[in-house]
Amino acid sequence: MTVFDYAPAPESRSVVDIRGSYGLFVDGEFTGGHGEPFKTINPADESVLAEVACADEADVDRAVRAARTAYDKVWGPMPGAERAKYLYRIARIVQERSRELAVLESIDNGKPIRESRDVDVPLVAAWFFYYAGWADKLRHAGFGPDPRPVGVAGQVIPWNFPLLMLAWKIAPALACGNTVVLKPAETTPLTALLFADICRQAELPPGVVNIVTGAGETGRALVAHPGVDKVAFTGSTDVGRQIARTLAGTGKKLTLELGGKAANIVYQDAALDQAVEGIVNGIFFNQGHVCCAGSRLLVQESVAGEVLERLKARMATLRVGDPLDKNTDVGAINSAAQLARIRELSDAGEAEGAERWSPPCELPSQGFWFAPTLFTGVAQSHRIAREEIFGPVLSVLTFRTPDEAVTKANNTPYGLSAGIWTEKGSQILWTAQRLRAGVVWANTFNKFDPASPFGGYKESGFGREGGRHGLEAYLNA
Amino acid sequence: MPDRLAVRKTYKLYIAGAFPRSESGRSYPVTDPKGRFLANASHASRKDARDAVVAARKAFPGWSGRTPYNRGQILYRIAEMLEGRRDQFTDELRHTGASKNTAAAEVDAAVDRWVWYAGWADKLDAVAGAANPVSGPFFNFSTPEPTGVVAAIAPDSPLLGLVSVLAPVIVSGNTTVVVASEPAPLPAITLAEVLATSDLPGGVVNLLTGHRTELAPWLAAHMDVNAIDLTGALPEHVQDLEDKATGNLKRVLRPAGDWSEEPGTARLTAFLETKTVWHPVGV
Repeated sequence: MTVFDYAPAPESRSVVDIRGSYGLFVDGEFTGGHGEPFKTINPADESVLAEVACADEADVDRAVRAARTAYDKVWGPMPGAERAKYLYRIARIVQERSRELAVLESIDNGKPIRESRDVDVPLVAAWFFYYAGWADKLRHAGFGPDPRPVGVAGQVIPWNFPLLMLAWKIAPALACGNTVVLKPAETTPLTALLFADICRQAELPPGVVNIVTGAGETGRALVAHPGVDKVAFTGSTDVGRQIARTLAGTGKKLTLELGGKAANIVYQDAALDQAVEGIVNGIFFNQGHVCCAGSRLLVQESVAGEVLERLKARMATLRVGDPLDKNTDVGAINSAAQLARIRELSDAGEAEGAERWSPPCELPSQGFWFAPTLFTGVAQSHRIAREEIFGPVLSVLTFRTPDEAVTKANNTPYGLSAGIWTEKGSQILWTAQRLRAGVVWANTFNKFDPASPFGGYKESGFGREGGRHGLEAYLNA
Repeated sequence: MPDRLAVRKTYKLYIAGAFPRSESGRSYPVTDPKGRFLANASHASRKDARDAVVAARKAFPGWSGRTPYNRGQILYRIAEMLEGRRDQFTDELRHTGASKNTAAAEVDAAVDRWVWYAGWADKLDAVAGAANPVSGPFFNFSTPEPTGVVAAIAPDSPLLGLVSVLAPVIVSGNTTVVVASEPAPLPAITLAEVLATSDLPGGVVNLLTGHRTELAPWLAAHMDVNAIDLTGALPEHVQDLEDKATGNLKRVLRPAGDWSEEPGTARLTAFLETKTVWHPVGV
């Protein structure tokens, strides 16, 4: 115990009214679904939050038809300047209801309120503001003099950033004049349904945004629906590959944001305290449920001992626990299934001979929890160095020369992100040029901004989200 | 009878800057539209395709690492060499059935297309890249980069179609394995002679002749190929090839294009990745 211990600082739940059951949002109305309803739970204590309708094939069909009608009759023909105003309205309402969104996101997902409040929700608003401005400027975006919307977009998003991924998908799609049918993940549907209410407050025309809830079957029905012109997916590489297979030969447009196994390279001349802070942010942000998480630490041998010492000291100060406590750094693992996967891969790490370390930390007895974990003595062949764990588990490898660092960093089928820590500008640029990754953070990590393209190389998928580049997926030029 | 017997050309493959025969020893007869024998072209095997991918991968770091200015110079050099062999290409195209004027016009268009793409080498970054105005104490910029090894199934436009597929792939630093038009492969091998004498490093372009239906599936499924251009794939094979390309999530360019029209930037950008690099701003 330290002298200055933290008192509990829970965020109030009273700003959120969670209903007992939720329907689908189709053609501007909440309706029932014809699949088997499912329950969404609070991963921090395993309590049931609500029962959620499940869309079957017929429900998905209804949603796609509603989107088509809205596209043909209202949204497609609407002048860009008018579409922009709807997006600005949405952005404003997100800001007005930001506390409510952040609390609900943390309850349903398990992420710390500090992150949902300070990162997720502000970025959601920023995304809508950014793309609102493009709606009436598309002919200046570099995709020809008369870029046209694609039509109906089918969008499937993951559970790690439920609201942020929704914004990444919906904002550019609507700005370009498309209508959407979006399927949130089955473990985190609640903020998407709250977003449906935001669409109603913004008086968005019915059918422009449709939300269908459900699990894999619902997603498959949406992706395969012949009325969908464009599919956007963020999630695992395996599912992305299945989707690409489904769309082969159909002529539908496709963008994929898939997994990653990012290398975070620390050179010996790095500012070590800043690097340690970046390593922690890189892998423990959002419990490591981040596709671009810096899950492979590559540290130059000459400073490896010192970096590890400082890293362990820093990890010992991480506060794991109640996501709604404002002091919490690491929240709950999103689901029992994900916890099982993290445990399996961590056990494999030990079995293959890597050394496991976690700071002393007491985990709550209820809910899904995993202590921040570090593996040393990791070889490139170990599963924990190759497979995406999607949890708070860091694998540490060392290198001697910059060439070796780059070779090891690129030794993966993934290519989403990477980190570089050095005080030498020329070394940053040299390394950044050679890394086969779509996002390279130098002397920082896990930064996002709507004005910046984000997306992967190799098996991390194709297409970019964010910035001018993010418009391309939703336009026929 | 002519008083001298012509020396006929043996058409081979073009792999890693050399002109080998197919390792399989196979060839297939190529005829003109009236069915008259022109030559035996190499009938490339799956092993040839794999060798070509190895050569393309090996050439990638060097080619992508060159300055855009230098790549532009080399593409322009290709145009120069093609122009110097204008008559030879006109003759070869006439053998595929084109009239003299049409053939000459196609050679001119092919030369002009190399020149057009040559000019893109040092402009792609400016047009496809960006300095991004992020909200926070950071600078970040996006640059286009080549995606890697690109396989291409060339269309049956023997010269202009082939050039239109090749040039946009390599101008940005990709390396490539191209399957030439199956019925009219001869101008492709002659074009390889142009490439071989244009300062283009060996392995940047590898050219296979043979059966598309034999070669394309292996290239589409190859785990060390990063992208595939299906321009010359037969419509009934596209779905299967796209399906095979999902194995390593290749970028796929679907068949499209009228070669007589001025190309846009779509073929260039289809084989580019965007890399965004962040750095904090502060003292």
